Amino acid sequence: MLRFMVLFLALALPAKAEEVVLGMSQTEVAITANFDGSEIFIFGAVKREEAIPAGDPLQVIVAIQGPSEPLTVRRKEKRFGIWINTDSVEVDAAPSFYAVATSAPFDEVLSSTEDLRYKISIPSAIRSVGAPMTVADSQSFTEAVIRVRKANKLFQLLEGDVEFSEETLFKTSIAMPANLTEGEYRTRIYLTRSGKVVSEYETLIDVRKVGLERWLYTLSRQQPLIYGLLSLAIAIFSGWAASAIFTGLRRN
Amino acid sequence: MQIYLPIAEVSVNAFLLLGLGGIVGILSGMFGVGGGFLMTPLLFFIGIPPAVAVATEANQIVASSFSGVLAHVKRKTVDFRMGTVLLIGGLVGAALGVLVFNYLKAQGQVDLLVKLCYVLFLGIIGALMFVESLNAIRKSKKPGKAPKRKQRGWIHALPFKMRFRTSGLYISVIPPLIVGVAVGVLAAIMGVGGGFIMVPAMIYLLGMPTKVVVGTSLFQIIFVTAFTTLLHATTNFTVDMVLAVLLLVGGVFGAQVGTRIGTKLKAEQLRILLAIMVLAVCGKLAFDLLVMPSELYSLGAAGGH
Repeated sequence: MLRFMVLFLALALPAKAEEVVLGMSQTEVAITANFDGSEIFIFGAVKREEAIPAGDPLQVIVAIQGPSEPLTVRRKEKRFGIWINTDSVEVDAAPSFYAVATSAPFDEVLSSTEDLRYKISIPSAIRSVGAPMTVADSQSFTEAVIRVRKANKLFQLLEGDVEFSEETLFKTSIAMPANLTEGEYRTRIYLTRSGKVVSEYETLIDVRKVGLERWLYTLSRQQPLIYGLLSLAIAIFSGWAASAIFTGLRRN
Repeated sequence: MQIYLPIAEVSVNAFLLLGLGGIVGILSGMFGVGGGFLMTPLLFFIGIPPAVAVATEANQIVASSFSGVLAHVKRKTVDFRMGTVLLIGGLVGAALGVLVFNYLKAQGQVDLLVKLCYVLFLGIIGALMFVESLNAIRKSKKPGKAPKRKQRGWIHALPFKMRFRTSGLYISVIPPLIVGVAVGVLAAIMGVGGGFIMVPAMIYLLGMPTKVVVGTSLFQIIFVTAFTTLLHATTNFTVDMVLAVLLLVGGVFGAQVGTRIGTKLKAEQLRILLAIMVLAVCGKLAFDLLVMPSELYSLGAAGGH
């Protein structure tokens, strides 16, 4: 936490009237053999030199975004009596994980023009350049990405989940599911007033496999032949061992 | 107890995997099938990505088949010569199958193809075996009428004859080679060992005695699936060792139990049980294709076209 405060102070040039001071329960997520998801606790305060400005209350948005990757979305249709994939649309980039937590309903916290600029809402995090001419309703493919990922808890819209007291202290916790991919998770915090962003803060959460998981993963990528042979050796050995144990049991 | 699979990148219950491995292992030992045709769909169902399920299942089949074949070697019910001929065909077929698989993956139709293959082959084979075993049981109940030995048809007219002593056959190597290739292709596409196709083919096409069929098919499956595992590990990086170990710990013990159950059952009973199971899996898959899925859209890695 101290590190972030120092970082913040270094960056906090004369700048704006209201700034974020952030703390996090962890800046790294270690994927171990018994990894079963992780809860990230994010808390912080608003630093200001003067009194709280009058007007609409200050709001907070916390967004955590996993590494983006291109996707192919396919749609099934009934042909010849069975359901088969027909149309497909390429999505240029969709985050593998995306959670947005706000201190009030999303529409109240952020205007749509500001969302276009900062790309905070879930749909704006998905980049889709264009669908083939044969597909008329490409929008429904993007919606499908959101629906499928939401069902897997990979996309989360947590409206009102940020606790914000006295327009100064805020805290929230975001549950990351077990099926995380590795990479740097971009974490953004926005302060908004009347739907406009007044301050932003950005940091990274590092999601990494560790220990045996790390070792196996690296081996499978860097020495695939050795990895494959090792897998086979384990298989053959277990097959033999089980046979030997059972033969032994039968003799006794 | 939850465990994170490093390659599949999902977290699953370790005991569930051990249990699945055990049950499928028992079936594998009983019928001489790798069990992949049951395990692969089950793995999809618990949320393992299909590519990882197919590749890892190949690795697991190596273990359960090896465990099973040892028991058969001791009882001298493995025809090594026939196994080797089938294997040569199998390796060629597996390589061809991977090519077809990668082509269809690019077209986005691989799921459909895999499922249609399952429905078609499981349906035909299951129905044939079921009827045949039923008839055999009925005949054996009537006294004095022993079932007739396989007829000498066109298969015996082919050249390149070879003597398969363990099977008591003197036939051309061409039919076993073709069976091997066909099974290899299907094995690679469907992510299975192919025993459920090979076993009936050996009984009905090649006329091998049922006793020898199981051990010989296990022998062939070991090498074909080992080849497939290496192919997947080096090209797609989709073999999950943690998943494989959990499945095979359950699987190898299951296979030992299954082999012993198998020797106690009569050949006809064994066949009819396998037929029922094959038909059940077939019915389930056909049902899924015909009923409207709850989610019409699916996400896949890019690079589709």
